[in-house]
Amino acid sequence: MMNSRTVHALQAAAGIALLAAGWQILSIIFPHYLFPPLLEIVSRTIEILVTRSLLADVLLTAARIFGGLLGAFILGGFLALTIGRSKAAENFIAPVLTFFQGIPALSWVVFAIIWFHGIEFRVLFIMVMTTLPAFTFQILDAFRSMSKDLFEMTMAFRPSRWSVFRFLIVPTIVPGILTAWKVNLGNAARVVVVAELVGATGGVGYELLRQQQLFDMAGAMAWTMQLVLFVLIVQQAITTLETWVLRYRAVSERAL
Amino acid sequence: MKNDEPVIRFKDVRKTFYRPDGRGEFIAIENLSFEISKGEIVAVLGKTGCGKSTMFNIVAGLIEPSAGKATVIGHDPFREFNFFRGKIGIVFQGDRLMPWRTALDNVLLGLQILDIDPQEAEQTARTWLTRLGLAGHELDYPHALSGGMRQRVSIARAFAVNPEILLCDEPFSSLDEMTARDLRGEFVRLVRQSNKTAVFITHQINEAMEIGDRVLVFHRPARIAYETRLGAKTTEDKRRSVNNDIMRVLAAEQ
Repeated sequence: MMNSRTVHALQAAAGIALLAAGWQILSIIFPHYLFPPLLEIVSRTIEILVTRSLLADVLLTAARIFGGLLGAFILGGFLALTIGRSKAAENFIAPVLTFFQGIPALSWVVFAIIWFHGIEFRVLFIMVMTTLPAFTFQILDAFRSMSKDLFEMTMAFRPSRWSVFRFLIVPTIVPGILTAWKVNLGNAARVVVVAELVGATGGVGYELLRQQQLFDMAGAMAWTMQLVLFVLIVQQAITTLETWVLRYRAVSERAL
Repeated sequence: MKNDEPVIRFKDVRKTFYRPDGRGEFIAIENLSFEISKGEIVAVLGKTGCGKSTMFNIVAGLIEPSAGKATVIGHDPFREFNFFRGKIGIVFQGDRLMPWRTALDNVLLGLQILDIDPQEAEQTARTWLTRLGLAGHELDYPHALSGGMRQRVSIARAFAVNPEILLCDEPFSSLDEMTARDLRGEFVRLVRQSNKTAVFITHQINEAMEIGDRVLVFHRPARIAYETRLGAKTTEDKRRSVNNDIMRVLAAEQ
């Protein structure tokens, strides 16, 4: 009998295989400039990965995603802890973040182009502004879920503020932080492409714009695959980290 | 603090809470006065909701009296918060173990907060786990331990910092009677060995009489309705009589 991990992997592979088969059928029915064959997409994807100048574009986009997420995470974490400790701060900051959440990513792109000159700063600004509210609210939720019982137990030892932060707050908010990274990673990958598409001279978004101008569907798919692969790899890394960090959690043998 | 001064002193303490629905005040403690001397084990007995835990939280410095004066080792436990670093150990009703820490790390918590040398701290934590019969379970997470084992870890955590005062808020109430009896015995032995002052809150008469050198019975709002001293020399007849007295006092509240 197969173990649950093998079954899970087979189920996931079956879904992707079905999608690939559907694409391949479409490539037979329609012209290749609309639906290029899978083999061509795969070969173009590999070509990007093994060509140093092209890979540099992928890495540039990855660096922008990480930079933006890191900036939003640090700022969001600070805002979340400030809001969590002060009702006045919550009244002051929360409506602003909610307002920001309503602003479309494309609007931030336009604002950044109008306000700033440097390409990298524009992208960083867009990434931070679009992911900041989600980071803040997710970390705040994790902070607020802190057990009153554990707080009182810790306080009974008369800890310093640093000890409370280190021994209680950080372990409490870590699951929320990991979830926030996973959720925001997908958002960031989408937003960075838009930012690069209209305001950058390098990166996956810029290359996608070039493929559109060349009417090269295989190229567009290959560059898209770079982002998809990047997100999948980082998601897997975060999941692995999460499994290790949250190894203390009891897992029921019976699935839901 | 002078040697003959009580370790814990309540003088006309009153504690009120505002009801969240705006229906005025709720009186949890009314003119409560008592003294506890060094090395005494005092069991505080009363019905659920009689204010035992509120009194406990005042001694622990987690809340402040609305009126009157509460002192522990001659100091205000709420206002002089940092004075009590390492001086009070608490065993709560639930085990309150941090789920992300192993048994060893949970016992280490207080020692880490007190900035004890890491090697010395680990040695102390391991010693206490062994004394409480948990050798071999040091690296187990709380979810892998039984209720009794978890409560042993929480007792080890309280003792590990070598506090002057131990506060216990119905620590064995959620355990089965056999486990609770074993732990009660161990607890009393450890307290007596280390000559600590202990306040033990319970709602079970037999538990209070088994543990306490002195038993205080509370009526609602918390005030002393009955008080008695017990000891190793207390005869079975006397114990039966005390048991009946306490039952009468508790029943009279209805």
